[in-house]
Amino acid sequence: MPLSDTQRLLTPKAAPLSDVARLMRRLHIDGALLSGLLLICGMGLFVLYSAVGESSRLLLNQVIRLGVAFIAMLIVAQLPPDFLRRWTPWGYLAGLVLLLLVLTKGDVGQGARRWLDLGVRFQPSEAMKLAVPMMTAWYLHDRHIPPRFSQLLVIAVLIAVPTLLIARQPDLGTALLIAASGVIVIILAGMSFRLMLLLGLLAIPGAMALWTFMKDYQKQRVLTLLNPDSDPLGAGYNIIQSKIAIGSGGLFGKGWTNGSQAQLEFLPERDTDFIFAVLGEEFGLFGALTILVLYMFVIGRGLYIAVQAHDTYSRLLAGSISLTFLVYVFVNTAMVTGLVPVVGVPLPLVSFGGTSMVTLMAGFGILMSIHSHRKLLPH
Amino acid sequence: MGLLSPIKDHHSERRLFIGRIILSTVVSILLLGVVIARLVQLQVVDHELFAEKSQGNRVRIEAVPPIRGLIFDRKGRVVAENLPAYQLELIPEQVHDLDDTLNRLAALQLIEADDIPRFKELSRSGPHFKPVTLKFRLTEEEIANFAIQRPRFPGVDFQPRLVRHYPYGPLTAHAVGYVGALSTADLERLDPARYAGTAHTGKTGVENSFESDLHGYAGYRHLVTNARGRQIPGDSSDLLDSLPVDKTAEPGSNVYLSIDLDLQRVAARALEGRRGAVVALDPNNGEVLAMVSSPSFDPNLFAIGMSTAQYAELQDNPDLPLFNRAVRGTYPPGSTIKPMLALAALETGATNLTRKTFCIGYFSLPESEHRYRDWKQGGHGPVDLHDAIAQSCDVYFYEISMDIGIDAMHDYLDRFGLGRPTGVDIGGERPGLVPSREWKKSAFRDRDNQRWYHGETVIASIGQGYMLTTPLQLASAVGTLAARGAHYRPHLVAAVENPFTGERLMIPPERLPDVDISNDFYWDNVLEAMHDVMQGPRGTARAVGMGAPYTMAGKSGTAQVVSIAQDEEYDEEEIEERQRDHALFIAFAPFENPRIAVAVIVENGSSGSGVAAPIAKAVMDQYLGFGDDAS
Repeated sequence: MPLSDTQRLLTPKAAPLSDVARLMRRLHIDGALLSGLLLICGMGLFVLYSAVGESSRLLLNQVIRLGVAFIAMLIVAQLPPDFLRRWTPWGYLAGLVLLLLVLTKGDVGQGARRWLDLGVRFQPSEAMKLAVPMMTAWYLHDRHIPPRFSQLLVIAVLIAVPTLLIARQPDLGTALLIAASGVIVIILAGMSFRLMLLLGLLAIPGAMALWTFMKDYQKQRVLTLLNPDSDPLGAGYNIIQSKIAIGSGGLFGKGWTNGSQAQLEFLPERDTDFIFAVLGEEFGLFGALTILVLYMFVIGRGLYIAVQAHDTYSRLLAGSISLTFLVYVFVNTAMVTGLVPVVGVPLPLVSFGGTSMVTLMAGFGILMSIHSHRKLLPH
Repeated sequence: MGLLSPIKDHHSERRLFIGRIILSTVVSILLLGVVIARLVQLQVVDHELFAEKSQGNRVRIEAVPPIRGLIFDRKGRVVAENLPAYQLELIPEQVHDLDDTLNRLAALQLIEADDIPRFKELSRSGPHFKPVTLKFRLTEEEIANFAIQRPRFPGVDFQPRLVRHYPYGPLTAHAVGYVGALSTADLERLDPARYAGTAHTGKTGVENSFESDLHGYAGYRHLVTNARGRQIPGDSSDLLDSLPVDKTAEPGSNVYLSIDLDLQRVAARALEGRRGAVVALDPNNGEVLAMVSSPSFDPNLFAIGMSTAQYAELQDNPDLPLFNRAVRGTYPPGSTIKPMLALAALETGATNLTRKTFCIGYFSLPESEHRYRDWKQGGHGPVDLHDAIAQSCDVYFYEISMDIGIDAMHDYLDRFGLGRPTGVDIGGERPGLVPSREWKKSAFRDRDNQRWYHGETVIASIGQGYMLTTPLQLASAVGTLAARGAHYRPHLVAAVENPFTGERLMIPPERLPDVDISNDFYWDNVLEAMHDVMQGPRGTARAVGMGAPYTMAGKSGTAQVVSIAQDEEYDEEEIEERQRDHALFIAFAPFENPRIAVAVIVENGSSGSGVAAPIAKAVMDQYLGFGDDAS
């Protein structure tokens, strides 16, 4: 969009754009966000190489997935927020249909029915990670902010239906994350603190109801969290071992590929959910803080983009995507360090695995789209 | 519902949103702060506790190396076995000061100071919890010595292992080969899962070429170990029960050789003190009965591991004990090729059974002064083909070589397997060379050198010039002569046996394209002439063959030695000895129904019939039951 002469005068120090910057602008790429993501992925690949037993084949596998995810991000970044908003309800409905299909004819993997084979095998719950906050933001876009109680009830239904469908698969971790991404939208939209407190109190009987709802292995996870040493060879094993791995790493770690816990195949799921323990063991507190700082940078940039956004839909969605990312990082690191129960949440962009990476990067594509498609109106 | 909404107030909405973002940021920082506090607690405050735990109670997956298959000779005698021995090992991650530890071990004379850099390299390259073997076989005294010192060497310990042992040592070194410590190059080539816990791999001979049969498959077991890597016994069984199931190792297959140790011993004894090689095989199937290269070495040194100095001594020995002359030594075949050329000449019509030449002791090409000499000064007088073989008349072959031509000579010698790898089942074979016009064109750059000269054909007819063959090729060729053209690929391994079921997989003889000669008369005549070499009235080796209790046939050869390079230094006597001609002999027996074919080469032995023929005879005596220690 060409700048007017007045604007040119008002920004006399604006240096001419370099070729790279011009290309990035044309491709709707946010440089700061991209650098943060690349740094996380780069560091992640180092840790992963060690965690998969120095297998270059598996590493290449992950590099290819990262490549696909970055392409997805690039494509999504080209779609203007208005376009996304118009299509949001249809995407949400399609997601619900797919979730129902999974429950009836999905493929079973590891005791759960999560996969759907429609030419490509994928998990519809992944798509819902974006569809739920988008739907919530869409609903609030034309309405008065903060929302009224009756509107909140509608939103509650919009969030609860997919959450329950996913919980039925059963995939409690993803269900809770999806619920969180929707709830974040309401909180950002200005839900009153009094209501939050009330819901918090209601959560206690809710949790008790949930307890009866939960499967045995899920109950076990909670119990083990409270006292992992009670079951050192069963459910507590993962937590004990990951704590030993991280703790024995010390300040600077045992050195890359030298973690005895990880390399002795002692740490379960060390290339997926527990990869943070490998990082902590081999790179120590120093390495763990480095990756946390990188995550914070990415989240901070996302929140900045949310603040800069020009319409309700964009800012709620941007805020939700950024904060959901934070929830991922927190839940994974807290679970690996033994602060919260072991729910199957991977460390974003670092853990081995494909589908969730594409969803995450598509989310960042939305952030880039929101930031780069702003209408340059003077305030 | 949307219709009822009040008009949006963008300004207050944005203010509200920014407020919520600030709140979220604070909460985010608090949440990550909790994680960071937890990390500090684990990694700084309680670090020592966890470091101790990670050392103190670990489950280790230990590879269980398979037991290597045994190797037997033709009569079931063990020529390669596995003996228990204590070896000295070092676990890099448990050693505080590697240099100091290695230096002190060297001071105790448990390792050689020269090997320290190698051990340092090995300690750094592998995973730090994987043991590095410092010494493969400790003597009782060394074990006792180290046992006292052990507290001073954390991370160093002795472990019982099986070590490869070759009971016959140098006698089987070249044929059986040896195993040696895995090198970094080996590690890249081999399947790491299969070689987990293995420290050795076959390097030469059958040990190398049958590695995949002999080695077997590694298993693994789970161990609960303490900080020193030592297994904790007893009370940890609960923990062990929760671990995945162990996998037992699959031992390697046993290998049966066609080699006969008695024959091998006779050949080695006959070659003792000389440089040379003997190869004996069964012309009816290509089974190698004896393969000796002299001097030899003790293969156990490689299996146990030797010091750098010991290895240098073997490497630098001018007699090249490590060099397997039987498959790698290339020598001009000399007159041993005459029977094959005779068949070529008959088959191509270059000569016939009645053609006679008057040998005057030398031969000259038309329009040339140059004299190609016969070995016998004054010449053999009138000779026909039979005489030319029996008496080894060079002039006769010089003359007919012009009629055969180098390309036909090449074709026939090639059919007998000379000048190309035999494809024997051990590695390292050299091809040798049988020249042809085509070869010369590609071998030289210079136009003048690319041309083939008549004089080169002349000397090729007595196996000189460019021609080079290995003892194994000659043995295979004489076997093919003995079998009247039936050509088998030589092989050392007769069978591979599954150690569990005892099921033996016999390796069938591999028949190669026959050497086709249209007229049986030609075979009769040429073989008869070879018989007369050893048992005729004027044969060159009649002194060896006369009076033997069985019939035999053979052909002697003498090959000029290529001049010694200028920069090699030998004392005068040495030079003289090393410039003498190589002595060759090929033979088979019994004449009517051949069971054994032999090729002998004695470097600088001077006389084929005088030095090499008696060795061939001794081997045949032994095999046919007329030897001194025939059983």
